[in-house]
Amino acid sequence: MNTASSFHDRAAAALENPVLQQALGHARARFIDKREAAVKKLPEFDALRDRAIEIKDHVLAHLPFYLDHFARQVEASGGQVHWCDDADAARKKILDICQKANARTVAKGKTMVGEEIALNDFLQTHGIRPVETDLGEYLVQIRKETPSHIVAPALHITKEQAAADFRAHHRDRDPSRKLDHIADLLAEARSVLRQEFLQADVGITGANLLVAETGSTAIVTNEGNGDLSQSLPQVHIVLAGFEKLVPTLEDAAVILRLLARSATGQEASVYTSFSTGPRRGDDVDGPREFHVVLLDNGRSRLLGGEFQEMLRCIRCGACLNHCPVYQAIGGHAYGWVYPGPMGAVLTPTLNPSSDAATLPFASTLCGRCEDVCPMRIPLPRMLRALRHQAFARGLVKQPEKLTLATWSWVVKHRRLYRIMLAGMRPALRWKLVADLVPPLRSWRRQRALPVPQVKGQR
Amino acid sequence: MGPGGEMDRPGPRIALLRTCLVDLYRPSVAEAAGILLQRVGCLVTPVAAPACCGQPNYNSGDANGATKTAKQLIAALEPYDYVVVPAGSCAGMIRVHYPNLLADDGEWRHRAGDIAKKTFELTQFLTEIKPLPRTTGSWSGSVAYHDSCSCLRELGLKKAPRDLLCRIDGIDLRDIPDAESCCGFGGAFTVKFPDISGAMAQRKTGAIADTGAETLTSTDLGCLLHLAGKLRRDGQKVAVRHIAEILAGMMDIAPIETSEDEGRS
Repeated sequence: MNTASSFHDRAAAALENPVLQQALGHARARFIDKREAAVKKLPEFDALRDRAIEIKDHVLAHLPFYLDHFARQVEASGGQVHWCDDADAARKKILDICQKANARTVAKGKTMVGEEIALNDFLQTHGIRPVETDLGEYLVQIRKETPSHIVAPALHITKEQAAADFRAHHRDRDPSRKLDHIADLLAEARSVLRQEFLQADVGITGANLLVAETGSTAIVTNEGNGDLSQSLPQVHIVLAGFEKLVPTLEDAAVILRLLARSATGQEASVYTSFSTGPRRGDDVDGPREFHVVLLDNGRSRLLGGEFQEMLRCIRCGACLNHCPVYQAIGGHAYGWVYPGPMGAVLTPTLNPSSDAATLPFASTLCGRCEDVCPMRIPLPRMLRALRHQAFARGLVKQPEKLTLATWSWVVKHRRLYRIMLAGMRPALRWKLVADLVPPLRSWRRQRALPVPQVKGQR
Repeated sequence: MGPGGEMDRPGPRIALLRTCLVDLYRPSVAEAAGILLQRVGCLVTPVAAPACCGQPNYNSGDANGATKTAKQLIAALEPYDYVVVPAGSCAGMIRVHYPNLLADDGEWRHRAGDIAKKTFELTQFLTEIKPLPRTTGSWSGSVAYHDSCSCLRELGLKKAPRDLLCRIDGIDLRDIPDAESCCGFGGAFTVKFPDISGAMAQRKTGAIADTGAETLTSTDLGCLLHLAGKLRRDGQKVAVRHIAEILAGMMDIAPIETSEDEGRS
């Protein structure tokens, strides 16, 4: 959690950053239009959503059974499952596995849970070099930043910036080479990362899905970096929140049919890969060790409560893409791993802090997120519930509390209400009032102040 | 006297919830709503108190304050056949959120449910319950219609307000591109996060300018005040009016004014 600054400061900086605004503008049309086109092409999209919700709700209602089955299947195929209560336990477990493998380099597929537990810094302080292999994550890593979007981590970076970063970081290349097109950047990243894949001792990936039936984990990528991360090194570690669990491969297919369409408008990601245990018998390649690190980190607290539906989230990013607030300020303003509407729920619930408590208020509750969420997560309802919690905990300060109390009292008394309005109407025309009253000053930063209608004005 | 020979049967009794923004900023909206409801044969009584549905408290986290207001308003509305509101957000509060707010509250759960069923946003009422007759005056000029998020998502109203506008002779109705995007008002949000709100308004006013429309209208005065302020700050000449005023043919009323209009200091 970025505690060095407040949400307000970060949002202000984002609004004033022309490069970020340009990048956000490009992304907005791309994601929204493509998703819409993909959804239109699939008549059964809404039926799939209903089915996916049934599957997830069923798993969450029978978690011990399915987790147990999953673990048995992983072990039966030669893998190991590690149950980690919190970020600290997960980091230590992963370090332990890496140290036992004498790992010097770790190839990483994109994992938001990895960001959630701040894994890279931890590995680095213990002398292990993590290399991000997703192009966006790689860019973010060499810039020493954090991802700003859960699907497109480098959304906030323009291709011009990326070219400059590559020139600064890949010093052994011809300085006069062209890096004008995305294809040039991809080709360069590929050649840099190819060596990293080949020499990595451990591969760490996330999981879009955990399949209880077979003990498999599944990832989706567009670059194939997840596959190379998990197949080439001797050790494959899967790091995932336990809520990624589904009962069967059939169920996994339902989720997959929603995931890429909701995220980027693709019918499927370029690579969809299932891993089941380490290499077996006659396999010519594949890791010798297969570990699944299952993380709780506050997720189980959501079970049985008013935020349980948040555990349905398949991390598609549709809510971010369609959120007008995210579109205006980007992901870093949210201060932690998960931005946009899903982040405004996950951050206060998994990583509470007074700054996190601001996030649910930074929304008009327009409801577009819930409209596009493939899992129909009632995000506005949850944001409102978090506001109620913040209020009940005394996090809403004066003079707002007093204003609300006064308002609800005045509106019940007809005469008082009319007197208040009779006073406010002319006051709203006075320059002194407009200049001094804080909400009016806030309004006038960007807009003209409307003046009340004069009675009988024609 | 009601239309179509219904002299012996009194029309439905409507409680008109004027809304606080209308009371403060633009009473002609309530006047227009009253005219329209009478035109379809209703007996209209403005709700005296409480004057607010409790949404500001509800959305700011003050569930207790909202609950108290909600209970008082429900009691005040119960004697009427219907409740009509010239605003999607307040109608949505009653229809969608009152039952949630009072879900655990014994008898109030049912009372909230009953009130929710008989509460309608104005254009919704004039389409589903008491359809407005075909000819409703005339209008000259182009009008861009803005969908409020509560109308779109809480009330499912997209076609009805447009249909009502299209029935007006001479009207040139324009669609605003990217209509599903929020304008950035959001009640208290607009003054708590003014710069984000302003950025969202900028996108919306840019889209409105793209329509070339002379007038902007909507079901929700909050959106309209916010957008009028942004349009005027940007030097745009679009006239901003509430849909009730256009449907009632109130062309002689001045559009929403701001302190930065030409000729003002």
